[in-house]
Amino acid sequence: MEKEESFHGPDIEPDVEDSSRRNFLKQSSLLTAVALTPVTALKAAEMRVDDKVASVFEKLPLKMEVNGKQQNLSVEPRSTLLDILREQLDLTGTKKGCDHGQCGACTVHVDGKRINSCLTLGIMMNGKKITTIEGLAKGDQLHPMQEAFIKHDGFQCGYCTPGQIMSAVACIREGHAGSEQEIREYMSGNICRCGAYPNIVNAILEVKDGGQTV
Amino acid sequence: MKQFQYLRPATQQAVLDVINKPGTKIIAGGTNLVDLMKRGVATPDKLVDINHLPLKNITITKTGLHIGALALNSVVSENDLVAKKQPLLAMALKAGASPQLRNMATVGGNMMQRTRCGYFYDTTMPCNKRVPGSGCGAYEGVNRMHAIFGGSEQCIAVHPSDMCVSLAALDAEVIIAGKKGERRLPFTEFHRLPGDHPEMDNQLTAGELIIGVEIPDNNFSKNSYYLKVRDRQSYAFALVSVAAALDIENGIIQHARLAMGGVAHKPWRLFDAERSLIGKPASEDNFKQAAQLAMQGAKGYGYNSFKLKLGPATIAEALKHAAGLV
Repeated sequence: MEKEESFHGPDIEPDVEDSSRRNFLKQSSLLTAVALTPVTALKAAEMRVDDKVASVFEKLPLKMEVNGKQQNLSVEPRSTLLDILREQLDLTGTKKGCDHGQCGACTVHVDGKRINSCLTLGIMMNGKKITTIEGLAKGDQLHPMQEAFIKHDGFQCGYCTPGQIMSAVACIREGHAGSEQEIREYMSGNICRCGAYPNIVNAILEVKDGGQTV
Repeated sequence: MKQFQYLRPATQQAVLDVINKPGTKIIAGGTNLVDLMKRGVATPDKLVDINHLPLKNITITKTGLHIGALALNSVVSENDLVAKKQPLLAMALKAGASPQLRNMATVGGNMMQRTRCGYFYDTTMPCNKRVPGSGCGAYEGVNRMHAIFGGSEQCIAVHPSDMCVSLAALDAEVIIAGKKGERRLPFTEFHRLPGDHPEMDNQLTAGELIIGVEIPDNNFSKNSYYLKVRDRQSYAFALVSVAAALDIENGIIQHARLAMGGVAHKPWRLFDAERSLIGKPASEDNFKQAAQLAMQGAKGYGYNSFKLKLGPATIAEALKHAAGLV
């Protein structure tokens, strides 16, 4: 939560209630993991020897790097990357908007490519490098795209903003920020119901034209 | 989401050994399947992850261009060989979904995606595709997005892909692996019409795996165009789309390929309209005549009847773009 406050003011998530709910979920899921995961299943999964990797209700080990930090987790096969980031790793910057791949609020980078984390099963991320909105700033120094969104007022309620910024960074890295028209096309996977689109485009154009490394 | 068993067989052979069992589904990009699982439309007991199989290559063969089933939509759309030899495919891919989804979605998965019909997605509604025999909500319901060609009383859903429309136009072949070996199908025969079995989207049988597509070489790269008409400028499914490819010499059409999206249960190839163009000058009048011919047999169901006018207009416009008249 603190990380977010340094980036934009209003946060629509109720702090106290939410974090206690998360802690409860975290603790209870840990207990479930210990109770239900036979050691043999975990080992089999790790060695990729397959056929019976996990029975229903079993949790599987998941190793992935998130914002430069190695994470060793235990997850249900049905858990999405989005839910794992938010509920298990407390990285609540990545937002759950539609949860069906239609809004882009959940956009994160996997091995440098932007994807919708809500449609990604966490277990399929084994060995991958994930970057979320929390991984863009270097300490107190905001990423140029974060600075540009603030400068150009690229948001109103802020809920779509983490996804917009992750997409905007990828848009420049991909080489798809050549013109206003191209930016609009390649940012179309991120919906902003407040309608901050013109300011978002201006923010991206400024970072692109500034020639800074994103 | 319902619980399921997650499998990651090490080899293609090991995949083929497990996918013929009932309740088993293959997952690649997951952009459609995970969505359907969240909504309770798809409820597999076993999910077979095939992402590690070596099926991502885009290579030139003796007769054409081979694209592996696991090649990402984004990678194919930006690939130099595709841009040079089959630009129509790149255009169609870029018209589909969003950059994020194209970074996840695979070629094989794109072919296997289900319809976006609202009645199919809503488990409280009747749908013969989801629950055979339960009825079709769309036939007399809100059918704005639905088929005007090849529908049945059982189902008027459309296939949502853009990529597939271009592959149907380009005479691609689907390469399918099964326990008995490989087989090939013309792309136009891969997807099926609903008839009395709308629950079956295509000709893939239990235990089979798409391993790639192959597009034969052609002379269409200079004159091809993918035109997609939708409710917003980007990131929406097609109301109507048209893949147009022309081989023009001295202003005369030598060969033509036309296929439509958003109008049928499968990519809808317009064979009669193609034939009518051969030997004729590439002119707006000829394109309009071909477009009218293409609409023979089209049927509106009320909300979607606007497609009867939008269809031919889109065909003519796509052909004009392909011929460089716009």
